[in-house]
Amino acid sequence: MLKSRFSGLLFQIIALALSFGVVSLILISIDASPTEAFRNMFKGSFGEMRKFAEVLVAFVPLLLVTAGLLVTFSAGLWNIGVEGQVVLGAIATTWVYRYFLESDLPPALIITLAILGGMIGGAIWAAFTGILKVFGGVNEIFGGLGLNFVATALTIYLIFGPWKRPGVASMSGTVPFPDEFSLPLLANLRISPWALGIALIAIIIVFFLLQGTYFGLKLKAVGKNFRAAYLLGIPTWQYAMYSFLICGALAGLAGAMQVAAVYHRLIPSISSGYGYLGLMVAMLINYQAIWAIPVALFFAALNIGSIQLPIVMKLDSSLSGVLQGVLVLFALLVEGARQKFIKKGQNT
Amino acid sequence: MNVEFKNVNKHFGNVHANKNINLTIPSGSIQGILGENGAGKSTLMKVLSGFIHADSGSEILLDGVPVIMNSPADAIKHGIGMLHQDPLDFPPMKILDNFLLGMPSSFFPNRKEATQDFNLLAKEYGFSLDPENYVDSLTVGERQQLEIMRLLFLGVRLFILDEPTTGISTAQKEKLFTTLRKFPEQAMTVIFVSHKLEDVESLCDRVVVLRAGELVGELTPPYQTKKFVEMMFGKEVTLGERQSAPVGETVLSLNDVSLEDARLKIKNINVEVREGEVIGLAGMEGSGQNLFMRACAGLVRPVGGKIQLKSQDLSGKSYHVFKRNGVSFLPAARLEEALVPGLTLTDHFVLAEEPRGIFIDRVAGQTLTQERIQSFNIRGTPHTPVESLSGGNQQRAELALLQNPLSLILLEHPTRGLDIESVIYIWGKLKERCKQNASIIFMSSDLEEILQYSDRVLVFFSGKISQPLDANKTSVEELGELIGGKGWAEIGGEHA
Amino acid sequence: MTQETILIGLAGILAASAPIVFAVLGETLSERAGVINLSMNGTILLSAMGGFAVAYTTNNIVLGFLAGMLIGALVALIVAFASITLNQSQVAVGFVLALTCRDLSYFLGNPYMGVPGPRLQAMPIPFLSDIPILGTLFFRQDAITYISFMAIILTWVWVYRTRPGLMLQGIGEKPAAAYIRGANVNLMRYVYTIIGGALIGLAGPAFSLASRAGWMGTISGLDGFGWIALSITIFGGWNPARAAFGAYLFGFLQWLGLVLQPVLTQVPSQVLQVAPFPLMILTLLLVNIGNAEWVDRTLAAMPESTRKFFAKLLRAMRASPPAALGVPFERD
Repeated sequence: MLKSRFSGLLFQIIALALSFGVVSLILISIDASPTEAFRNMFKGSFGEMRKFAEVLVAFVPLLLVTAGLLVTFSAGLWNIGVEGQVVLGAIATTWVYRYFLESDLPPALIITLAILGGMIGGAIWAAFTGILKVFGGVNEIFGGLGLNFVATALTIYLIFGPWKRPGVASMSGTVPFPDEFSLPLLANLRISPWALGIALIAIIIVFFLLQGTYFGLKLKAVGKNFRAAYLLGIPTWQYAMYSFLICGALAGLAGAMQVAAVYHRLIPSISSGYGYLGLMVAMLINYQAIWAIPVALFFAALNIGSIQLPIVMKLDSSLSGVLQGVLVLFALLVEGARQKFIKKGQNT
Repeated sequence: MNVEFKNVNKHFGNVHANKNINLTIPSGSIQGILGENGAGKSTLMKVLSGFIHADSGSEILLDGVPVIMNSPADAIKHGIGMLHQDPLDFPPMKILDNFLLGMPSSFFPNRKEATQDFNLLAKEYGFSLDPENYVDSLTVGERQQLEIMRLLFLGVRLFILDEPTTGISTAQKEKLFTTLRKFPEQAMTVIFVSHKLEDVESLCDRVVVLRAGELVGELTPPYQTKKFVEMMFGKEVTLGERQSAPVGETVLSLNDVSLEDARLKIKNINVEVREGEVIGLAGMEGSGQNLFMRACAGLVRPVGGKIQLKSQDLSGKSYHVFKRNGVSFLPAARLEEALVPGLTLTDHFVLAEEPRGIFIDRVAGQTLTQERIQSFNIRGTPHTPVESLSGGNQQRAELALLQNPLSLILLEHPTRGLDIESVIYIWGKLKERCKQNASIIFMSSDLEEILQYSDRVLVFFSGKISQPLDANKTSVEELGELIGGKGWAEIGGEHA
Repeated sequence: MTQETILIGLAGILAASAPIVFAVLGETLSERAGVINLSMNGTILLSAMGGFAVAYTTNNIVLGFLAGMLIGALVALIVAFASITLNQSQVAVGFVLALTCRDLSYFLGNPYMGVPGPRLQAMPIPFLSDIPILGTLFFRQDAITYISFMAIILTWVWVYRTRPGLMLQGIGEKPAAAYIRGANVNLMRYVYTIIGGALIGLAGPAFSLASRAGWMGTISGLDGFGWIALSITIFGGWNPARAAFGAYLFGFLQWLGLVLQPVLTQVPSQVLQVAPFPLMILTLLLVNIGNAEWVDRTLAAMPESTRKFFAKLLRAMRASPPAALGVPFERD
């Protein structure tokens, strides 16, 4: 029967095949070879250790953001503002670093403070969306989007204004911090095992939070039926706010990692769209934490693999975004088709 | 119009909802169709009004000609129109727009002409509706009138009315019946679907009874109520003696409470509810009983006055404070407000208990759920998602979720849409609570239920609230007049 | 500033707002039927790129506009199919399409980056353009701006004055009631979503072939307009005229930002650039705050006269969506 787990897997494979098919057609339509494009993307992500390390660099923020989004999705909230929450995490981390630039505190302590600062920054930004939603009736999609644009503008304002480089401000960002402010990296690679560890711990915590705790169950009740949850005695708006705060803190953590372990400064595109990408990952895994790690890794690999497309094949690197989007789209469509089949099967 | 059902069968999966129905309804008659909830009345009417197809082999003949109807609009073309229990109209739109919508007209409807047609028709039937008014300002009875006019204008010759007397006043019911009695003179046919014996008895020329999908008998006047009941239930049913728990100290008291929402104002309510007492709230939908009940639950904040629970002042406090003090509220919309679709019974019972620690003890949760399932006779397992339970079982689950002890239980339409067995079961459980000193306030559009189960009754009429009436000394007729706004001077309960 | 410069400025606002007008009208139609097309931001970018590419390749500006409409209609078809036929979340599908179409526009638009292409020219209407004031404002525009004026009127008349428009209102309000009145609800939802999508798709070329001619990839400055247009639809309370007013108001505010920039030198230009977004949040706050529960409770605690005043104010600002917006319809 179509109900079994096997059929679910089968349909997912169909979705995957369809997506690659459609993207291949797009490539053929502009006279590019799909096999070569996919080969280049694979080579660009798993071809050598250095590149795989880059994939992990992208994997860290993506996994953190996805972990946060699983919490807001449980509460039935579309936290599109996650993108801005990453940015504010990065800004807050940068602010803490700048504050302690001349201090004698041990670097490890400053790094810890900076990361905590990033989490608080992200949580505060998420709280804005939450307050607008809970007290102002403004749908979190629109509140969040508006705040995303504001966050980006704030970054640019800081880079070109108060935090500009001595001499001339530029799109390359603020002055890089001294080396001791960086999370320790693996030898000759850009990946920090600390960052990787933090991201993995975060997703594990979220998994248990949602699976086994009263908090997780209450959050689910709020997400599935706000009104009934309230009448059952759950403090609903508080739970909605908690979920925003948790997601914001995790997104802020992602932003902090971008500053503390990757760029060592604030740059204009500090979040690189990981917030939006995290939403796609969460949708693709159908909001189940257990699948977050492999899918986030796959998406990170696509992102990194596409970087060399412009050089090798004269193709725009947005191909990875197209492929990711088409994948999620087909996953949704195929899931819809599967449910329709199941329903039909039950009726006859 | 003459209607004939020939061997009509309808299956939903394994459920045989209509079993071999054969029935002829002569032109110009008012045919009653009587039966319990779930007896198959709605299915049969949905077949006749084009909502669903019957199984193959079934036939419907209009004036001797077999017809196949693919949609309600198709049925209207054949002259069959249905008045639904919840009027299928558009509340935020104007009456005229409602009248025009779906009417054959030119591409740019001529509103002036339509207004004239409308007013003419309204006058003919003695309805007073202003076409420029909005539907959401109408009562259910007036919305029915609008629908009747619309169907008449569409040339409908056969009217199907589905439980039309729920939620309307006696006066409006009389008006409706007067209108319907005119139809046979014009060779129009009426099918009146109901589970209310008295309505069927007073209106219909002939009545058939459906039970468990089968047509079990046909009766003509003079009717014998006992006979109907036997046919409907297959046995004699007694609701049991009215029983009251001994009444104790005051649980809830409202002093000069004033309530307000966008439509309605209720001023200076003074009521005391005592331990073990059941208070029934009667009134047409939207007359203020919802507002009153939600204020008693802390869901609506009064604009003035004092609400005390066991001499503790709770005015202006939130629902959760009321809940902590032993008040529970069970809303009518089970899957919208009371239960969480997507969560299992176990999830619900875990949520309703005080949390112990951070992690959920699943085993303990399931044991507890299993116990409650047994003691409340719920047909389901701990892993059943609530949305796949039947209505009666959902209602039992809601009762099973109530904490113990409780001071006050508030219920909106506790037995709406349930079969008679469930109704008796649920009231049994509620009366047990009363013996444990809980008070109950409930509202219902079934006046007999109100008189059967309450000790005292509060009647609501467009924001006015009566003095508490002794249920023993009040009749259904009196109550029916009061909810329609008549006879308030006699009871002297009118507040300014 | 002379009267003439102000008039030309205002006429410029009307022209610059044409794309947003199309977008909000399209979204209004779609949502009136009950379908949220959240893909708008991506659709506008993809149709801007596609419209430009087609006009550039064929050297035919009309084909460019038609291509934009076709793209919008196709994206809307996906939204309709996923939500109506396959019962998937409109928000999820729309959001994925918003991102995917954006990336697709950058990917496919790569070869057209910065190439000089065709642009719609102003087309003053003889006689009418000589009327003082009104002539400058309304009758010295380009063709697409004239079409945007007509689209507002047509959409409004369609929704509120025609038989199918009346049914459209019904479908979005209570599909079951529209169904018994003869509407093929799901078919109509398809039709209006696709027509709405075509209108949204007109917004793209209205940018790339007229008010912001050319394709500049990620720096085209078009990213974000779709989201703004979605909130203007809410601000417009699903009334085409009020929605169009919202679009012009937004255009006016943007123009004001440009005009004021030299005056308000102490305000960084980044702040003025993103000013529309906080404004968008603010307007949504104004139309929605009346729905929040704490407002009711607070009102109840106020003395009667104050309460009446605020209740009236809130009701006047509130915009309530079609009751069946985003709710699937299944007969029976």
